[in-house]
Amino acid sequence: MKKQKVLVIGNGMVGHHYVEQLSSANLPVEITVIGGETRPAYDRVHLSDFFAGRKPEDLALTTRDHYHQIGVDAHFGDPVVNIERDTQKVITKGGQIFHYDKLVLATGSYPFIPPVPGAALPGCMTYRTIDDLGEIRAEAKSSKIGVVVGGGLLGLEAANALKNLGLETHVVEFAPQLMGVQLDSGGGEMLSRKIEALGVKVHTGKATQTIKKGNNTRLRMNFTDGQTLETDLIVFSAGIRPYDQLARDADLKVSERGGIEIDFNCRTRDTNIYAIGECASFGGKIFGLVAPGYRMAEAAVSQLTDKPIPFQGADMSTKLKLLGVDVGSIGDALGKTPGCIAYTFSDQRAEVYKRLIVSNDGKFILGAVLVGDCSDYDSLLQFYLNSIELPGNPESLILPAKDNTASLLGASALPDSAIICSCHNVSKGAIIGALDAGCCTLGDVKSATAASSGCGGCASLLKNVVDEEMAARGMEVNSALCEHFNYSRQELFDILRSKEILTFQQLLDEHGKGHGCDICKPVIGSMLASLWNEHVLEKKHLGLQDTNDIYLGNMQKDGTYSVVPRVPGGEITPEKLIVLGEVARDFNLYTKITGGQRIDLFGAQLHELPSIWRRLVNAGFETGHAYGKAMRTVKSCVGSSWCRYGVQDSVGMAIRVETRYRGIRSPHKIKLAVSGCTRECAEAQSKDIGIIATENGWNLYVCGNGGMRPRHADLFATDLDDETLIRYIDRLLMFYIRTADRLQRSSVWLENMDGGLDYLKAVIIEDKLGLGEELESQMAYLVDTYQCEWKTTLEDPEKLKRFRHFINEEIGDDQLDYVQERGQRRPATALERKHHKESNPHRIAITELSGRS
Amino acid sequence: MAREDWTYVCEVDELIPDTGACALVNNEQVAIFWEKKSNQLFALSNFDPVGLANVISRGILGSLGEELVVASPLYKQHFSLVTGQCIEDPQYCLKTYPVRRIDGKVQLKISKIIAR
Repeated sequence: MKKQKVLVIGNGMVGHHYVEQLSSANLPVEITVIGGETRPAYDRVHLSDFFAGRKPEDLALTTRDHYHQIGVDAHFGDPVVNIERDTQKVITKGGQIFHYDKLVLATGSYPFIPPVPGAALPGCMTYRTIDDLGEIRAEAKSSKIGVVVGGGLLGLEAANALKNLGLETHVVEFAPQLMGVQLDSGGGEMLSRKIEALGVKVHTGKATQTIKKGNNTRLRMNFTDGQTLETDLIVFSAGIRPYDQLARDADLKVSERGGIEIDFNCRTRDTNIYAIGECASFGGKIFGLVAPGYRMAEAAVSQLTDKPIPFQGADMSTKLKLLGVDVGSIGDALGKTPGCIAYTFSDQRAEVYKRLIVSNDGKFILGAVLVGDCSDYDSLLQFYLNSIELPGNPESLILPAKDNTASLLGASALPDSAIICSCHNVSKGAIIGALDAGCCTLGDVKSATAASSGCGGCASLLKNVVDEEMAARGMEVNSALCEHFNYSRQELFDILRSKEILTFQQLLDEHGKGHGCDICKPVIGSMLASLWNEHVLEKKHLGLQDTNDIYLGNMQKDGTYSVVPRVPGGEITPEKLIVLGEVARDFNLYTKITGGQRIDLFGAQLHELPSIWRRLVNAGFETGHAYGKAMRTVKSCVGSSWCRYGVQDSVGMAIRVETRYRGIRSPHKIKLAVSGCTRECAEAQSKDIGIIATENGWNLYVCGNGGMRPRHADLFATDLDDETLIRYIDRLLMFYIRTADRLQRSSVWLENMDGGLDYLKAVIIEDKLGLGEELESQMAYLVDTYQCEWKTTLEDPEKLKRFRHFINEEIGDDQLDYVQERGQRRPATALERKHHKESNPHRIAITELSGRS
Repeated sequence: MAREDWTYVCEVDELIPDTGACALVNNEQVAIFWEKKSNQLFALSNFDPVGLANVISRGILGSLGEELVVASPLYKQHFSLVTGQCIEDPQYCLKTYPVRRIDGKVQLKISKIIAR
């Protein structure tokens, strides 16, 4: 079958979504993309993150390479100038010609600039593309004051950007209130109050008459009421206009107010041409949000399959944080439905405003406005989207709960069709399906459905659904650690800490039952170490230690151990490197460089460990804690001391943090990295704690990891000085150690945290829980009580006694078997062992017990 | 049973409560555990039949329900300290040995094979 040529014009978020959907639909198509911007698609919704330290690459939704890999022919920076419908081809500015069978217009929109004289003066800009942001940033460097014209959603985002750039920021809005599309006047007023409290000056009801050169500043705005405003730069964000000129020129039908007219199939009047996203007009309406654009893209893709789904309009409800203020708008927020009833709650002290619009008979929610507190948003949205009948007193849904029982909608009241996660379009039914298929925990459901892995806004609702469903099935929602302790790890940590319990035995006697097991013993051993930092090989703690800890080495498949000395920051002198080589040679240890910039020596038997470590400790090495659920390694790039591009001493910082946190035991292993510039050669964004140098200090990234399910770390704070950086890490690590579950990496810990990254910032940076000093002093205690576990062990004959294979013989394990490979030894495979046995039943292992101490 | 069947392994003092040690007796590697709460000694084959290595003596002791168990340090299967039976996979069962304390000494009987 001949492949259909599908040509997509425009590579914004919606155009890209179309390509992704189409390419994963496995249809016989050839996909070509022509993007007008020089960059492939990026996340426009989070544009202002650009000023919070994100780089263009961080906002990217795809890359040229990715398109190439999935077989998409992509062209950027050469916009289409003409569509020839009769010959089914398009022509670009550079003269390239592309043929199509199906054409998809995803050309998006451009910022509307009010026709004010002077609006084209230098210093006047728009806020739409990454290039725009680059210009704004450049202009801001020589500016003190900035004005955003437009008090809508995008305008306030732009204001946030100016504020982040350190400008005195003003918002000028023509309408009498902010966000007139989403909020009623009460909501708009509360939003103004809150934003002004943050230092942004709001001017509503102001019409700009002219823009001229300023006296003391670059520009001066003259308003129709005679007032003026002096400023250095102006950003226009006063609405969008669809890019529909191509369609107009090709004689496709365009709506009166702009936008290419489409039908339920997202088709224009030419059946071979579709339009999706902000360039399209459906029912005379342009949808200026990304979610409806995505739905259009999906509908348009489905037209090429045998299961077409129509586009039926889209819900414009939205929840977002603007300049740090929570704002939510649902359905008919302005109460335009005839006969509707409104309930309003306003608390000027807490600066919270909520308004609920219900149907004339009081049975259904038609819309809602939330400012300053969006905790009811998920619940209200479900009532609205699923037309769930309201309780007798709808006002209770927005009034503050009197007795701590939040007025949350019970998850059981939701129909299976209810969309729980709108980012990934996961319905309640899909979640139930995941539980049917064997998922047993919230984490399982998340990985199976992708629910709550986008913006995370649905986290609490998702948890409710999962908890209620599991309870309904009689599945226990049980956070107990194991059968011996009916407490979660966090609860046990608090018990140990508050009652100052020093041993497992005491905890078991007072709060547990049975004998303990291989689940609770290592966890409690680890918590005791995190709290009191006693040597893990003290007799009272010995039985708690897991496979690796109990002999301070990493057990390999044949029962021998690997040895990893600490090499802080990955910096090592030639002398020390030689010692490692000599020890490895003398004990015949297989030698391998690790991902954490360490040297790993494999194949040591129990009785060899003390001799090996004595040599290493005498040469100045310390244990590397590679065997522990502990702070493992701090990786670094060479940084400003050698690198032509480095802006800070990353090795120095890596050594400092590694020395500070070495060996601290934690719920799971912890890895750090420090990069000396934004090129990020240390791959810090894949670590639990990532530190990246900037010209002004350090950016701190948190909760990333590699491994089975990689996660990029989140940007946590920017341009920190050394001391603040250390303080934040102290608090973060200690908070993680206190509150994470057993074997929970920091990435999953954060993903499961109610309130997510914002909450974590509030706890660590703003000290919302008042825990800051306590966390710091706990960390200081761990730092002060550090000991090299191997050095202490070597000094204690009692501890050393255990390091032998047989309690009654002075020989090693006589059944080990190795083969040579690439100049080193490795354990024989089962087959090789069998061979060896058959060929020589009395064969002695080739290592010949290399323990020469 | 004849008294001479018992073989001396080590002093009781050499064992550490709630941990194991490995003894070589008559060419067999035997894991000996001192479970503290019940104050009993147990002896099992030191060979882990799943991980195929001599490591059972380095496992963590504990209880699952009423059963006293040791967890393999390699892949964490549980074996009954009393019968040697693997809890997770019935096809595996460790050989067990009679063990006792007498006059501060630990003794093991190796010749007779008990319950398989």
